[in-house]
This record gives sequence, C-alpha cells and structure tokens, in this order.
Amino acid sequence: MSTVVYVPGDAGALSLGAGEVAQAILTEAKRLAADVTLVRNGSRGAYWLEPLVEVTTPAGRMAYGPVSAADVPGLFAAGFLRGGAHALALGVTDSIDWFKGQQRLTFERVGVVDPGSVADYVKHGGYRGLTRALALTGADIVQAITASGLRGRGGAAFPTGIKWKTVLDQRTAQKYITCNADEGDSGTFADRMLMEGDPLSLIEGMTIAGIAVGATQGYIYLRAEYPHALRALRTAIAAATQARYLGNDVAGSGRRFDLEVRLGAGAYICGEETSMLESLEGKRGEVRVRPPLPAIKGLFGQPTIVNNVITLASVPWILEHGAEAYANFGTGKSRGTLPIQLAGNIRRGGLIERSFGLSLRELLYDYGGGTATGRPIRTVQVGGPLGAYIPASQFDTAVDYEALSGIGALLGHGGIVVFDDSVDMARMARYAMEFCAIESCGKCTPCRIGSTRGVEVIERIIQGIDAERNVQLLEELCDTMVQGSLCGLGGMAPFPVQSALKYFREDFRARAK
Amino acid sequence: MQTRSVPETDIVKRIVAEHRARPGPLLEILHAIQDELGYIPGGAVPVVAEGLNLSRAEVHGVVTFYHHFRRSRPGTHTVQVCQAESCQATGAEALAAHARARLGIDFHETTANGHFSLEPIYCLGNCACSPAVMIDGQLHGRVTPERFDALIAAGEKTT
Repeated sequence: MSTVVYVPGDAGALSLGAGEVAQAILTEAKRLAADVTLVRNGSRGAYWLEPLVEVTTPAGRMAYGPVSAADVPGLFAAGFLRGGAHALALGVTDSIDWFKGQQRLTFERVGVVDPGSVADYVKHGGYRGLTRALALTGADIVQAITASGLRGRGGAAFPTGIKWKTVLDQRTAQKYITCNADEGDSGTFADRMLMEGDPLSLIEGMTIAGIAVGATQGYIYLRAEYPHALRALRTAIAAATQARYLGNDVAGSGRRFDLEVRLGAGAYICGEETSMLESLEGKRGEVRVRPPLPAIKGLFGQPTIVNNVITLASVPWILEHGAEAYANFGTGKSRGTLPIQLAGNIRRGGLIERSFGLSLRELLYDYGGGTATGRPIRTVQVGGPLGAYIPASQFDTAVDYEALSGIGALLGHGGIVVFDDSVDMARMARYAMEFCAIESCGKCTPCRIGSTRGVEVIERIIQGIDAERNVQLLEELCDTMVQGSLCGLGGMAPFPVQSALKYFREDFRARAK
Repeated sequence: MQTRSVPETDIVKRIVAEHRARPGPLLEILHAIQDELGYIPGGAVPVVAEGLNLSRAEVHGVVTFYHHFRRSRPGTHTVQVCQAESCQATGAEALAAHARARLGIDFHETTANGHFSLEPIYCLGNCACSPAVMIDGQLHGRVTPERFDALIAAGEKTT
C-alpha cells in the first residue's frame, strides 16, 4: 500500500529547501522501489521546524524536521515511512508542544490538507458552512456573523456583521465581494499561509458572503510579492469551479458566484481599502475620501464588501459551528481566535492561532523561546510598520484589540516583530518615515511632505545636530501627520516614531559615536 | 531599438485586445506586458492609452505609481532583498550592503553585463525566516552573505 508523505509547498518552507527535500524523497523512493504518494501541503506554521516532513502511519501523522535533502537517505534507512526512530523525529505532529495548546479554527486545515483538492477539503469539513448558509436567508447569515463578534482581521477591527448588513440593505442590481489580500505589513504572513495552505476556505468564505448579501462577483486583490499564493488560488478556483462550488449554480442552489484573482503591483497603500478599490479598477492606488463608504459606493460605484483574507476564511467555521461557538473564544470585545505571527529575531518563529488574551510575554518566551541571537529582547513592534514599538516593561499586556490600544499600541494584522538589544531605535524611527515617504500615495500633504521632512529631521538627530530642538520639531511633525492625514498611512506612520521617542529616548540623545 | 519596437507594439496591441473587455483592465494589461517583455516600454503607453480610450498621462500615471512596474529592461535575473522591519531585525541592512558590494551595483540598478538587477522590496511574507531574498520569483529564507553568494553563483551559470 502506498504511504502518504507530506512535504510543504508553502513559500516559506520552499525558502528553506522543501522543494529539494521533496525531490530527494521521490528519487530515494524510486531507488528503493518504495511506494510513496507525495502531497504538497501548506505549512503548519512552525517555521523553525521547516521543512517539516510528515508521514501517515497507523498512529497518526508523524513529523520529522527540520529536514534537508541530505537527510533523506538516512530517513529512509531509519524506516521513516513507518514512523521509525531518527534524530529528526518529532513524534505525532499534533502532540508537538508548540501545536498542542493552539486553538486552530481558521487554520484548522492549513498544513493538513492538499490545498488544490476539493475532495480533501470536503473530507476535512469543508463546504459544511456553505451548505448551512444556503438553507438560511441573507439576513440570517449576516446575523450569525454579527453574533459571532467577528471583527476585521486586516487591522481596522471593524465589526464584520455591520459591514455586511450595510451591503445587504442596498438595493442595487450589482454588488461585489472583495478580499483584501495585500498583506504588506512586515511581520505578517497569515494571509499568505492560508491562501497557499487552504485557499478553499477563503473561496468558501467569499461565496457565503456573496450568497448573504446578494453579490455574484468576487475579486481577490493579491499582492504581487506572493507568486506562490497566486498559483495556489488559481488552482483552487479552477478546482472549485469544476466541482460546481463556483459559477452559475453554486452547490446546486441555482445561485451564482464567480471569483477572480487580481494582482496588485507593489504598493503598500493598496492595503487601505479605498486605495485597493481604485487599484482594482485599474487606476493609481490613491485613497478615496470617505464617505461614501465602500459598503454603499465601492468597486465601480457599487455596494462592496471589503474584508481581509483571515476575516473571510473564518466565515465557514462560524457558519458550520454556529456564532455562539465562535464567540465563546476570546475576551471582552475581542471574540474568537487570532492567528498571531512571531517574526524577526525570534528563536521559534511562526504562526500561533489562539483565543485572544494571551500575553506578549507568553508568546515571546513560551512559544518563541526568546531571540534567535540569544540576546535579550529589547522591543517588539506589533501591527506592522504603522504599529508602536513596545518596551519589555509592557510585555505583560494581553494581545487583544482593547488591551493594546490601552497602552497606545495596535494589534493590526497580528504580526509581532522581535528586536534584540542591538537595535538602534533612532534608525528604526527614521525607517518608519522613510517607508511612509516611499509608499505615500501623494494625495494629502501631511503624509507626502511630512514623511520626507521626518526622515530629514531624524537624520539630523542621528548626526547629533541640535538634537534637542530637532526632537521637539519631530514631535510637532508627528502631531501634524496624525491629525492631518487622509488615511492610516500618514496618520499612523508617526506611531512607531512616537513610541520610540517615548520609551527609547536615550537613542535620540548623545549620538556622538 | 527601432527594429525591436515593431513586434513589441504588436504584442502590446494583442494584450490590449485580450483584456480590454474586462472590468478595470489597465493593471491586468500592464502585468501581461511586463510578464511577456520584462518591462513596460515607453512605446507601450500610447498604444495602451488608445486601446482603452484613456489619455497617455493616465496610463503613465498608473505605470509610475506602482513599484512593481519597470520602465527599463531588467537584467537576466532580478534579485530582490527585503528591507522591511522583520528582516532588519535579523541583519537585512548588512545583507543589502553585501549584495551591493557583491554585484557592484546599487539598488534599482543592473550589472553592466546585464545579468542581475538589484531591487529593495518591502516584505516577502517570509518573516519567520528572515532575512528573505527573492530571485526570479523563488523565495529564499535565512539568507547569510555566504548563501547569497552561492545563489548569485548559481544564477551566473544560467545567464
């Protein structure tokens, strides 16, 4: 009988040699005439163990990692196809400590299934949410999403049900479901992992959204930096269309829903929803003035849902298990689970899906194991390039929307970038302004001009030129940008700068190095 | 250049004809042109503008807005070195300095022999395996200067 072996086709795993490992397994299996079926799954998110190879055994899926191509002959010799002992053996995958405490709802199939197979998806619970949704009215589906407490996982944390209700209430012939897959924040890769590892859950979530509000066309706006996700999505859309889960008769319901991937072109600002809509229309990604809200006048002037990948991919679980089951996870107004991404200088980096409420300290030390360099953690930046730098004295803060905003930080898309004590915070502050200058759409002056002036002022501080006066000038400039910018880019780019000034003031003084 | 411009115009015209009926087709068209030609030649702008009934300024405005679109022919291999925070936390600045020295060019430049173009990029989504580099769409994680040199040496063999 053929043994099923899993080697991730996830971009992150490939970046560490998973492609060579897969090839080596096929070569060695052929040489030994071993009957092996190779599945290219997604990553389970424990990137320090990638490439993580799994073998199906009667005891369950057994894991080996991190595997290099050179290890493969030794693994065969050790009988890894039957779960044999080897220095890289990690035991049954689900019993690995790092996975054991996780609560995987949205990511329940990521790293488990064959991402391109509808049959495998259905076997693992896929399309049960859609089946439930097709038996409900649009208003009931929207009510379920509202009751689940799901908030936008892209960063803005707006209640998803309210957005959907607004679109549902519009009386127009054409509405759109758009997925914001422009995951540009450094330190985040949850969208990429999900699109590569379980794209059908996103497709199902968008289909449910379409059925709920009466939209027949969906677009996934994917960033150009994700070629692997593009291939995974196109394969999955073709498979779902072939299986009649997309098209003019969704799952035999007589309802229509079509889906298309559109590629961005390397502009961070297009993660802002109105800029994304402009880009989807084939224009410069300049921010629109709101109102009107996209839910009323969005893509091509029609009512449009704009949701992040994780938000939409959480919808099938909520429909399948019920709003209450989802709301039972979490704390306060942060309901459900959050895929947290540990990144940067961290020993055990990767994706952890847990209920809201875990502290930064638990994440950084229990899961992450401290820095990769072995030096003390000096700061973490949470929520991407517009997020605040948090000092070690605040690591007991819980990772939820309210607790983080309580200390002047933001959760954003759930990415945590770790820095050790060699970081120079004045340089990180300058980078925040540089990034804003590179990525500003140019529509409003505080962002377009302010960011460039910000780089210059911080450069003078770094060079020790009139530091005290320039720090004061920088603080005023930050205020102007926060108050006067049209969207979150210019309005939030000062956050990392202000937090660096507040908690790491010493880095802005005494620059005579 | 003159001899090359004729077939390029034909290619651009064909791409415009293929996509013009789709809603909001301009970005799709520019992607298709760059995928086929490696960049967006200046001569493509008026052809696209005429095909979509837009002004040249509108098309030029879109081409220049997006970092991904190139207006000059790239090297055989495009090397993108991530410069975002997660990679900075793991030595991306030093890696970028090494890349510039190894290739003898700055960011946004192409080597004199036309083999390599060097670009900064802001997040490849490989932040648990920083620092990250992408070469011709292939992602590489935890890239040390030694590993970078090996990747470039492999690239030299395929130019």
